Amino acid sequence: MNWKVLSIKSIRFFKVGRILKDKLHSSWMFVSFIIVLLLPFLLGIGLFLKSNLIIKEESLLQLLFSSQWHPMKGEFGFLPFIISSLWVTVLSILICGPICLFSAIHLTHYAKRGMLKIMHPVIDILAGIPSVIYGVWGIILIVPFISRLGASLGHPNSGYTILTGAIVLSVMIIPFILNILIEVINTVPQELEEASLSLGATKWETIKKVILKKSFPGIISAFGLGISRAFGETIAVLMVVGNVVKIPKGVFQPGYPLPSLIANNYGEMLSIPMYDSALMFAALILFVVVTAFNIGSRYLIIYSERRI
Amino acid sequence: MINGTKIKVEHLNLHIGKEHILKDINLVIPEKQLTVILGPSGCGKTTLLKSFNRLTDLNPDVKISGHIFNGDEDILHPKTEITQLRKKMGLLSQSPYPLPMSIFDNITYGLKISGRRKKKFLIRRVENYLRQVSLWEEVKDRLKDPASALSIGQQQRLCLARGLAVDPEIILADEPTSALDPVSSKDIEEMFLKLKQRYTIVVVTHILRQARRIADYVIFMYLGEVIEHGPAEQIFEHPQHEMTKAYLKGAYN
Repeated sequence: MNWKVLSIKSIRFFKVGRILKDKLHSSWMFVSFIIVLLLPFLLGIGLFLKSNLIIKEESLLQLLFSSQWHPMKGEFGFLPFIISSLWVTVLSILICGPICLFSAIHLTHYAKRGMLKIMHPVIDILAGIPSVIYGVWGIILIVPFISRLGASLGHPNSGYTILTGAIVLSVMIIPFILNILIEVINTVPQELEEASLSLGATKWETIKKVILKKSFPGIISAFGLGISRAFGETIAVLMVVGNVVKIPKGVFQPGYPLPSLIANNYGEMLSIPMYDSALMFAALILFVVVTAFNIGSRYLIIYSERRI
Repeated sequence: MINGTKIKVEHLNLHIGKEHILKDINLVIPEKQLTVILGPSGCGKTTLLKSFNRLTDLNPDVKISGHIFNGDEDILHPKTEITQLRKKMGLLSQSPYPLPMSIFDNITYGLKISGRRKKKFLIRRVENYLRQVSLWEEVKDRLKDPASALSIGQQQRLCLARGLAVDPEIILADEPTSALDPVSSKDIEEMFLKLKQRYTIVVVTHILRQARRIADYVIFMYLGEVIEHGPAEQIFEHPQHEMTKAYLKGAYN
């Protein structure tokens, strides 16, 4: 055999081996990517199949808009839970939104640089505290405070109210929102700030008209993430919100958000017919709302990015 | 060739932290001419330029001493009204940074800040300044589009127009063509040559050929010091200092 031919053959073989490896590795990555991609769909489909029973039994409209919750009689109206969830979420964002935004602006544009270095560990600590601890803190501090506040405002209450839940929740989501906000505002190039200043703008005008505008898509995604977290947060809210099945008429009334419903009853009340399916339906609502919210804020991000 | 003096710098020293960036700078910038600050990268050209409109204030580590006079007004004096000062100096940065708004709003941004809000006035101004930078024909049908949709060269001309719109006395340009293609660079250079009849222009560059093309007056800097400054012909034809000669021969490039 000719040596030259042999060596060419072995080179070919070697090459084929490398190409094979290349294909193999890229297919691994593709499979992992597909798994991640499919997860939410699998979750959604699973929840849907499990709650299918109750959706078939009663109309979707009935389930979503009836406030009659009598599982023993087979009546499942989710409105009180949905309204409670909305109350708590919206209120918590209203409480922490301005705080997060202003402290992010302060940290990135007014405070000394060292402050950011101090703030980062603080934020990480806040984010890392288990939610049950926030719940306990809520019971010890916020519940009596709200009880007294309500009484002085003419709304006597036990302290276990929508407002209590919202306050605890807002403290819990501050680190997540703040972290992203700082990141987002910091990525606005300094040259843009200089451009605005050199046109005679003051610092505040620059922040308001240029920096916040430029980081608007990022700000939306920060709050989007915060809202998604708030909507699904369970334990801490459950501990302070009162858990009374009634449509809350004000912030000093107790509520019963969807996650609390699931956490309180799953595994205990399952002897009641349809209850299992009803809780799955609650989970499905959570899932759909959070997903819809994510998609909505993504759309808003893309839309506003196109405008700047 | 030198008429009046527009800016006069006396004993300017600037430190960032412990680093001595600008060392005892003394120079004059002639009025309504094109002055080029020339020198290799990292010699403090940009810092000098930014101290003219006090953008150096943005960095809290900067310590600055000495005087920069614009007429009788000491720019570095702590009581100088900084927004008024900056309005007198249009800034053009290395690559264009259009404000996150429409083409129209980019031009009117400075005007609106100074309280000019009449729609008719603004529309006239926008056309006027866009014409001055030869951008009007290209964008007149899409003034409401975001400025970021323009090409880089167009963006840089927009940034120039935006600076002109606040009616400055001085245009500060920090390597304004370094991100642009040759055609857009030429556009900008030609605009400068036109604009210097009405404005004092200071251009920072490290490109020798560009300096030769456009400069009336040259300031040569090296490692934070002004080595030599004078009218362009004098610097280019009869440089006094060894370092200037070496740079002109291309030793540092």
